[in-house]
Amino acid sequence: MDLFSFVKPKNELETTTDAKQNVPFVPDEMWTKCPKCNTMLLTTDLEENFNVCTHCDHHFRISTKQRIDILADSDSFVERDSELSGGNILDFPGYDQKLEKARESGKESVVCGECLIGGIKTVLCVMNAGFMMGSMGTVTGEKITRAFEYATENSLPVVACTVSGGARMQEGILSLMQMAKTSGAVKRHSDAGLLYITVLTDPTTGGVTASFAMEGDIILAEPNTLVAFAGPRVIEQTMRQKLPKDFQTSEFVLQKGFIDAVVSRDKLKATITRLLKIHGYKENKEAAQ
Amino acid sequence: MTAYEKVMAARDAKKLTAVDYIARMFSDSFIELHGDRRFADDKAIVAGLAMLYDMPLTIIGIEKGRNTKERVERNFGQAQPEGYRKALRLMKQAEKFHRPVLCLVDTSGAYPGIGAEERGQGQAIAENLMEMMTLKTPVLTILIGEGGSGGALALAVSDEVWMMENSVYSVISPEGCASILWKDSSKAPQAAEALKMTAQDLFDLGVVERIIRQPKAEDAAMFESLKMLICRTLEKNLALPTDRLTEQRYARFRKIGTAHLTQ
Ligand SMILES: [Zn+2]
Repeated sequence: MDLFSFVKPKNELETTTDAKQNVPFVPDEMWTKCPKCNTMLLTTDLEENFNVCTHCDHHFRISTKQRIDILADSDSFVERDSELSGGNILDFPGYDQKLEKARESGKESVVCGECLIGGIKTVLCVMNAGFMMGSMGTVTGEKITRAFEYATENSLPVVACTVSGGARMQEGILSLMQMAKTSGAVKRHSDAGLLYITVLTDPTTGGVTASFAMEGDIILAEPNTLVAFAGPRVIEQTMRQKLPKDFQTSEFVLQKGFIDAVVSRDKLKATITRLLKIHGYKENKEAAQ
Repeated sequence: MTAYEKVMAARDAKKLTAVDYIARMFSDSFIELHGDRRFADDKAIVAGLAMLYDMPLTIIGIEKGRNTKERVERNFGQAQPEGYRKALRLMKQAEKFHRPVLCLVDTSGAYPGIGAEERGQGQAIAENLMEMMTLKTPVLTILIGEGGSGGALALAVSDEVWMMENSVYSVISPEGCASILWKDSSKAPQAAEALKMTAQDLFDLGVVERIIRQPKAEDAAMFESLKMLICRTLEKNLALPTDRLTEQRYARFRKIGTAHLTQ
């Protein structure tokens, strides 16, 4: 790490695409190219910076584990319902193979559990973009519903980080029904006077946007996150309309009045902790069990 | 009929629309109410009050229009956020006066346009799902044609959901499904089968309670028996304590599809 301190942010290597040629002795896997500004970033620097580009502030898509590591106090996360599975209920062609492939990146499109955030006991749901683009199937909806029910029973706040391409077609109508089920569970949690914070991450679309993503008491989003019901391609294709600049980014949706704040990844945990405290949640003396 | 033939039947421009059902069941008593009190009146949603025999009723329908002029005016039955907010306003009004709500659904989906996105289509649908789940008055939804995804569900978080025998209800259109999954929208018939979107499929999956025989336009007796069936169902639910009613509604959605889950 110290070896490479001379390529820290703000030197000329960061601004050129031929950065690698200037340091030929650094192996390939130590570099990650920012998909937005094309800067070659030292992978270790990127990781230290919450997987946010040090040059252009692009927020890289991260795994559920990385997300949990960012938000939960260290080693406090205890997963719930991790083994829940459903399989190919409608016998949809090709779905079994898709599920099998998706399971390389995790068991399902959401991980739910209990953790401490700034010492405060919180139920945390983190969607998994790697699993069929975070699409919402029966297991996804069931895990989220159970997480809210558990939070309601135990008077706990919920933080949900969304990333989703929308419904899971291979589960047909059962996928659609997850929108109603999760919304019902959110409503009961809300009626019990408990706090629900959503964190929209790129991309949050379709059936997830039209259900629990938009139902938080407080809705936060990472910078430059796509937040949409109908995605930009759908609109362009079906309506043949040219889209306004920055359409459906979190900044755009903020300006239209549908989210509370755009918060960069390095400030997320502190922001959520403050919100939990403002709502009267106290630090837990014993560890979450 | 194959699943895709049912899709075609559900989209048939000659079939009865929401205003036809309202006219035939409530002709003289229907009073239309307009607007979401926030932005506009969405004509894709036709809503108002009527008497069902001696029971006051709130009716909310998605209307596709019966001819080209009407279809343009009604935005082909694709509601915008203000349409869903108008529906919610009238549901909350029904709750206040403790009168039941009847929703008639016929839409290919919520409108996917720039304005609809700017005004929070996702938020509008989400709010309806949340609020309907605990609405303290009976809600019954009948799918009379197309039930297109979230745009249909936003009027279908109900105590019971019924489907006309030739209606369909799906998370995505078979054409959309075929083009996304198989890059070939001509495979829509296969997608229609795979999606399990016919009334019989959905009844078997426990998503709907009843399949209703499609009434013919001129068959007054069929509309009368449909009216009586609606009345009996709403009366039964109106007699329940409201917390029982909302508990049952939650349980209804809570159990769908869960039989297949394994821990
Ligand atoms: Zn960058």
